[in-house]
Amino acid sequence: MTSFEVDPKLYSPLADSQLNVELDTGDMILNIGPQHPATHGTLRLVVRLDGERVIKADPVIGYMHRGYEKLTEYRTYPQITTLVNRIDWLSSFANEVPFIGAAEKLMNIEATPRALYIRTILTEMARISTFLLFLGEMGLQVGAITPAFFGFRDREYTLNLIESATGGRFHPNYNRIGGLKEDLPWGWVAECRNTMKKMLDSCDEFEDLVMGNPIFQARTRGIGIIPAELGASYGVSGSNLRASGVDWDLRRDGEPLLPYNEIEWKTFTHQDGDSFARYWVRLQETRESARMILQLLEQLPAGPIMAKVPRIIKVPEGEIYVNAENPLGEMGYYIISKGATGPFRVKIRTASFSNVSILPWLLQGIYVPDVITVLASLYFILGDIDR
Amino acid sequence: MADDEVTSPDVDDAGETATVATIEVPEVSAPEAAESQVPAMTDANAALLARVTAELGEAILESGQAGVDLIIRVTPESWARAAEVCRHKLGFDYLCFISGIDWLPTPSVGGEDAESDTSAPVQPKTMTFGVAGSEGRFQVFARVSSTRVARVGLTLKVDIKESKPVVGSWCGTYPGADWHERECWEMYGFVFDGHPSLRHLYLPHEFEGFPLRKDFPLLAREVKPWPGLVNVEGMPGEPDEEEAST
Amino acid sequence: MSHLLAFDIPGGWGTTLGIKTLIVMGLIPVGALVLGYTFLLKMMSHMQSRVGPMDPGGFHGWFQLIGDGIKFIQKEDIIPAGADKRVFKMAPAIVVMSTFLMFVVLPAGPNAVVAGALHKGQGGIDVGIFYALAVSSLSVIGVLMAGWASSNKYALIGALRAAAQLIAYELPLVLAVVGVVVQAGTMNLQGIVFAQQQGKIFGWSGIGSPFILTQFVGFALFMVAAQAELTQPPFDMPVAESELVAGYMVEYTGFRFLFFFIGEFGTAFVYAGLAATLFLGGWSIPHVNGEIANWIGPIVLFVKIMLVAFLMFWARFSYPRLREDQLQALAWKWLIPISLINILVTGALKVAF
Repeated sequence: MTSFEVDPKLYSPLADSQLNVELDTGDMILNIGPQHPATHGTLRLVVRLDGERVIKADPVIGYMHRGYEKLTEYRTYPQITTLVNRIDWLSSFANEVPFIGAAEKLMNIEATPRALYIRTILTEMARISTFLLFLGEMGLQVGAITPAFFGFRDREYTLNLIESATGGRFHPNYNRIGGLKEDLPWGWVAECRNTMKKMLDSCDEFEDLVMGNPIFQARTRGIGIIPAELGASYGVSGSNLRASGVDWDLRRDGEPLLPYNEIEWKTFTHQDGDSFARYWVRLQETRESARMILQLLEQLPAGPIMAKVPRIIKVPEGEIYVNAENPLGEMGYYIISKGATGPFRVKIRTASFSNVSILPWLLQGIYVPDVITVLASLYFILGDIDR
Repeated sequence: MADDEVTSPDVDDAGETATVATIEVPEVSAPEAAESQVPAMTDANAALLARVTAELGEAILESGQAGVDLIIRVTPESWARAAEVCRHKLGFDYLCFISGIDWLPTPSVGGEDAESDTSAPVQPKTMTFGVAGSEGRFQVFARVSSTRVARVGLTLKVDIKESKPVVGSWCGTYPGADWHERECWEMYGFVFDGHPSLRHLYLPHEFEGFPLRKDFPLLAREVKPWPGLVNVEGMPGEPDEEEAST
Repeated sequence: MSHLLAFDIPGGWGTTLGIKTLIVMGLIPVGALVLGYTFLLKMMSHMQSRVGPMDPGGFHGWFQLIGDGIKFIQKEDIIPAGADKRVFKMAPAIVVMSTFLMFVVLPAGPNAVVAGALHKGQGGIDVGIFYALAVSSLSVIGVLMAGWASSNKYALIGALRAAAQLIAYELPLVLAVVGVVVQAGTMNLQGIVFAQQQGKIFGWSGIGSPFILTQFVGFALFMVAAQAELTQPPFDMPVAESELVAGYMVEYTGFRFLFFFIGEFGTAFVYAGLAATLFLGGWSIPHVNGEIANWIGPIVLFVKIMLVAFLMFWARFSYPRLREDQLQALAWKWLIPISLINILVTGALKVAF
């Protein structure tokens, strides 16, 4: 707690009227994190409290800074996919795609159609597994334990699929420049189809259990409203921005990296911009992703999974920025190449970093319990903030 | 903007909308990187450049294109003004990132003799600059984009003097620039004039040096080059690596 | 067992007191563990598809609770450096004490009640329910002591929240009970049970007259308020795991934490017992009187306790948490006015019929 150092002389004329002076209750500085269950890792939030109301919040990050931008300068392109896997560890596969895409664009290589489709399927699967965790976790942060377990339980199915296709549950490292490491295993497509139907049921379950709950609505509606204009100028992206009514999805509006335009799908926006809207949007997008995967499985072309790629990967001189719609928002890589086997400079633009940078503005004047709700609804991954 | 056809979301009573993904964007011709190093500028970017030039005029030193992005280099004095123009005049409401570049050649890893054996990339020894050029070693670059128009991006670059690395801050225009500039300051040592508080973002506050500058050694690699000079023996039955490559 | 509690035991009041104390001190932890095992471990595992608590020991994870107990007892008793040590050590005992004190008025049979002498076939003290609700507030002191003595900001916030919450919900709890008291005409819990056992519904005495039929509003209010008194979801702000980590318990480890745990589930046991007694007829089955009731009474009460506890834990495992201001608004704007109206209506009907 802070002690207010006030000159006693200031108070002496008031000594007689002491009773009329409102007692000065000092502000309390509370450290939320770096070890706190609501911070998904090591985010630290220094909040100045008046009672339970937040006066000022200052996020302190960097407890997990691994210096990836420096490390990329000392590695070759195939080695870097291992690094980018670990940026947003919940949707590792989706991290690889824009990086590999950038390298491919610089090298003017086009991956085979089958590889692109499988990339799309696995990216959407990463989105489902990330969002399922969110759908449960958000319930947990609002105080209900059961949804969290449902989230983990259902995510397991998608993780099993990712594991059986790529060999890694969390860090697939499955993309190669020009294609993929290997083809899907036998029977995977049928299994995937079953699982996606299960995911659709699971979404209904979350809709009933969490979103339909009046207490959940009372806790999240009108809390943590991000105005669309301000959100965009902070660089907030992805579902967080769509929940504020901005219909902007890089899968549709970005440079085409994956064959999203070959299937029928929708984007979802919500006009409210509050915590509830973010939950609503993510729930709809989970469902939509499952539908997209079902369509992609129908249209999955046959053919090779690797294009013709030189044995030693040397990327010609040039620079490019390639971004993609990651589960958490816009993820992009600005690669500057000088014609070597590794990049000269890689700027990694992560979604959570910008999403979280709005927190000082967003947390002003709300209660401590709502801080947790807002943190949960923004949905960040610490590795994605700290890189 | 070159294209303002944005499908307005159908608002139903609940305030929840779902729009069909309609892609109404001008066709962008594929960059012809294979034919020449400098790809021809697309029509959309040429139109955008014309609009930027109309606003900034003399402040634009050079321009180019990379991927779909238009890249312009502006004078250090007009850096802050460029942000205002981008956000308020050109409709770039979305801040993507701000970061820095150090164009100094990457020091070779693990000593001279390591070049042949490690798989660490060997970068050219001469200082060359990327698209839109540079005057010296340091540059700050930022990318802005629009949430209303598809497939458009503008990357701005500005030269930073090595002797006096100061440039205007974007915080007043894009509030999200706060953290990006703090990161850039701690990683490169560029001072953003007008930033409310340039504190360390990632690193401990007593940290010295600017890690992303090329002359800041990555000590782990100095001590032990990785994957190192270790000779990995082939699996029994497999041909030697030397033989396989020949 | 029931005879031991109520009948004169050779050896005088000292021996009687000793035996009674032992029984209460044995029953509360057992009740707490039964609830913990049944609901926290088994029901929750089934609801949430948990595999962990269903594994140890082989059959249905029967060993889990014992394993937890062993773990708690083994753990080091850590007292934070800045803590007020004596207060810190006393706090869990006070919380558990309030549970023990509540238990003594709960009747488990015509003769089986710990407190109060037997006279005219109706044991128990005459202000039974009043006493039970009064001593239940003692736990606030323990919680505040725990929060303050921990010298931890989370614990302090948790304790202050708990104090505000427990005091706010004391009122609807008491007011919800007033309807029952008005209808039964007594505050003696034993008397309330007899009133339900011997009551008639429009002249039909088949199931007696459990007050849940006439006082369903009171029952709902009592359950909501009891849930808040127990600091269970949706009213678990004082412990709020995702916000305050564990609130006032955050600095407690090992055996002292186990005390809080027993206090929590023991209190749940007692509140379920109170609800069963007030609204479901307690130990009684209509037309079963005399000696046999002494024997089946505890079993009947236990079954009813489990039924009520099931409702409590069902809500606990499925609801999210309200915010502190919403909690207070619920108490003062909804529960208290409704309970006042309930008293008014009950009183009017009592006078009318």
